[in-house]
Amino acid sequence: MAKYNLKVNGKMRSVDVDPTTPMLWVLRDHLNLVGTKYGCGIAMCGACTVHLNGMAMRSCQLPVSMVGTQEITTIEGLSEDASHPVQKAWLDHDVAQCGYCQSGQIMSAVALLKNNPNPSDEDIEATMSGNICRCGTYLRIKEAIKTAAKN
Amino acid sequence: MGKTLKLDRRSFLKSSALAGGGLMLSFNWLTPAKAAASFEMAEDWNELTGYIKITSDNVIKILCPNPEFGQNVMTSLPMMVAEELDVKWDDVVVEMGPHDNVKLGPQFTGGSNSIRMYWRPLREAGAAARQMLRQAAADTWGAPVEEVTTSNGVLNHSSGKSAKYGEMAVKASSLTLPTGLKLKEQKDFKIVSKSKKNVEGEKIVTGKPLFGSDFKVDGMLIAMIQHPPAFGMKLKSFDAAQTKSMPGIKDVFSFKLFDDDFVQGGFDTRSFNEVIAIVGNTTWEVMNARKKLKASWEPAGDVTEVMSGRGGNRDVVVPGRLETSENQMELMAQKAQGPAQELRKDGDPETAFKNAKTIIERTYNAPFLAHNCMEPMNFFAHVEEDKALVVGPLQAPGWMEPTLSKVLNLPADKIEIRMTRMGGGFGRRAYCQYTHEAARISQKMKAPIKLLYTREDDMTYGIYRPMYTATYRAALDENKNLIAFHVKGGGIPESPIHANRFPAGAIDNYLAEAWEIPSNVTIGAFRAPRSNFNAAAEQSFLDEVAEAMGKDPIDFRLELLKRAKENPVGKNNDYDADRYAGVLELVRDKSGWGKDENKKYNRGVAAYFCHNSYAAHVVDMVYRDGAPYVEKVTSAMDCGIVINPESAKNMVEGAVVDGIGNAFYGSMTFKEGQPDHNNFNSYRLIRHSEAPKSIDVHFVKSENDPTGLGEPPFPPVFGAVANALYKTTGKRYYNQPFETSEQPTSL
Ligand code: FES
Ligand code: FES
Repeated sequence: MAKYNLKVNGKMRSVDVDPTTPMLWVLRDHLNLVGTKYGCGIAMCGACTVHLNGMAMRSCQLPVSMVGTQEITTIEGLSEDASHPVQKAWLDHDVAQCGYCQSGQIMSAVALLKNNPNPSDEDIEATMSGNICRCGTYLRIKEAIKTAAKN
Repeated sequence: MGKTLKLDRRSFLKSSALAGGGLMLSFNWLTPAKAAASFEMAEDWNELTGYIKITSDNVIKILCPNPEFGQNVMTSLPMMVAEELDVKWDDVVVEMGPHDNVKLGPQFTGGSNSIRMYWRPLREAGAAARQMLRQAAADTWGAPVEEVTTSNGVLNHSSGKSAKYGEMAVKASSLTLPTGLKLKEQKDFKIVSKSKKNVEGEKIVTGKPLFGSDFKVDGMLIAMIQHPPAFGMKLKSFDAAQTKSMPGIKDVFSFKLFDDDFVQGGFDTRSFNEVIAIVGNTTWEVMNARKKLKASWEPAGDVTEVMSGRGGNRDVVVPGRLETSENQMELMAQKAQGPAQELRKDGDPETAFKNAKTIIERTYNAPFLAHNCMEPMNFFAHVEEDKALVVGPLQAPGWMEPTLSKVLNLPADKIEIRMTRMGGGFGRRAYCQYTHEAARISQKMKAPIKLLYTREDDMTYGIYRPMYTATYRAALDENKNLIAFHVKGGGIPESPIHANRFPAGAIDNYLAEAWEIPSNVTIGAFRAPRSNFNAAAEQSFLDEVAEAMGKDPIDFRLELLKRAKENPVGKNNDYDADRYAGVLELVRDKSGWGKDENKKYNRGVAAYFCHNSYAAHVVDMVYRDGAPYVEKVTSAMDCGIVINPESAKNMVEGAVVDGIGNAFYGSMTFKEGQPDHNNFNSYRLIRHSEAPKSIDVHFVKSENDPTGLGEPPFPPVFGAVANALYKTTGKRYYNQPFETSEQPTSL
């Protein structure tokens, strides 16, 4: 076990965990931030996507010991009240079915728009193909990203 | 799903005093219909029917009876209540109801039944509550009840008196429940058939705890299961010394899910009866410690299980053979040659085939499929001496409860079941081995625990879609008329055949036969069970028959349907030929079938009826990067009155994407009983770039009572894709998944 001081959603949080613990489980089990989801544990589904210094990262592959002073943002850190433009666009398009994949989708989309404020369909498909939606809401996700890009 | 539920509407609508129940930790079960509205948890809920609770200061709560797995029942079911209650939708708060089959009906999410089953009871509940509020106002104001009107949650009288519902709620809740009320006509709907946003949308996009896997209480432990590595194997022995010495580990033990004399019901399917539990403080600790577990397994041999059934209990022998997919295929091919059970016979098919000028015979195959719900199986359980609380994702609490009661040896009324939002269901969560496992573990640990399956557990410890095959034969006379039709189908371990579905009823000489091969691979409902195979096979076969007859595939189907309507063969035809034709005509018109501007597409069409709704798709395929790609889909649906149009569209879009994905990639295979795929690196699911660019969904305008959409749009996608593939590649595709030259996407 080791102590880590982590900057998560703008707040300092300290945890005492095994250094190999993926951030996914630090967030879910230790910090009570359960918006970040477990889907595969091997970087194949994107359900666990968070931002590390603004970059999209699969938190299931990010050991807590690698985080250091880098800033973690989770879905809870976008906004509490769904006021972030991407969250709003998701509500506008009523994207979710079961909803389980959607926090990962949103985090990937936010990172995409940060790097590429006007993505083409192909850009969206390429970036978002790492995020599986078992319910098949891909079309709505694409439309929501385009709406968010406009705003 | 082969089970009919009897409804007792009277008992649905019992008026009774509210039993208090606190909130559980951070889990907020209440959801305002209008995003961003916030309110305090009120204390003085007055219950008007089992579904409606109103506080004196006018918070109106509607309980959703059925668990939610993405089909949006938490929005659409309360909409039906609100319609008759006459309230503003934005003023409503929705809460997932507790498990209470007396007050809240069957509470089963599956079989595309939620909307259909609750359409009357929920409107009646709304109407009854409105009537009770009117009566309370009439009594208070000394006016005849007929003179009290309502408008958007306000009671009015011509004298100028008016009151919000909340003001009359206490009084109304003590009145007896009125019956025989007239329900609104379709033309007067203010909420139903108007699109309403998913009531949990805001919670979803802000990452609030909603799912079973998010649930936690103080002192909760995490548990995982180690199951035998292969179907047909069982636990021999294990050494947990190293695992137990790992940090955070509380205990490691094996347990039997059901006792030896357990009589299994249809939904008590479980893959293995004895498994090992690893219990510890946190997920990662348990995951790590599990790797150190040393277990040895041995062949289980043939196992006899006692199944309950309509004719009493019967012994079922589960064969011990360790199955390998190639052998399964061979076994099916052999069995397909042998005798089968006749399910339906019209006319004299033998003679018709003998006299045929041309016989077309084709065999279709489909593999096992894993459900792969996005949220792996999990459940919370806190079992105490004399009571138990279980919380998590499940589709059929009412079927699970009696089994859990036996497993725990606790009366059912001492078991509280809370249904969380499910990260997908697709039929998988109608089988609750994981709930019973969680309960057993909690009982042993004398502590609250949450059981989690890893993705690998979820995929290799499944209740799969069975493996199916069917041979279709069509007889044409010298004038290319279709004179006989024969389908013989089977599978491991069940046959897919629905003998009374289209084209039965449209052909004079018809024969349907079935056979099956028992197996130890556990199977169960998977989005439109059996139909998901039949529609693929039958609809591509009809395409081929139409071609041989020189007919347009839509015209050909419409001709058959005309025959089935005007002069049906046989009595038990399971479909309405008019409505079936209706979706075909709609999809023909909306897709611009046969129009020149669509020549750039290779088009495939298919239609199907299952779970009380009708679906037709036209799939437009092109070559993209050297491989066939579905660029566009046009869909036509007839599900009666559409309750929530935008979310109904979403459902159909999702089913189309799911169908394309499974048609191209879905497959679970086995080697010596061991699943070949255990995660998304080897089990391929459809991704963004592989989804169509557009899915254009249309609904037949209808006055029929509403039916469901979770399943019906799914099956015909496979057939439409197969038919479009033929147009694209010149090749017919008989075996799922449809292997085209495309390489898997590398990420
Ligand atoms: S859980 Fe991390 S990518 Fe799937
Ligand atoms: S909404 Fe269910 S997995 Fe995406």
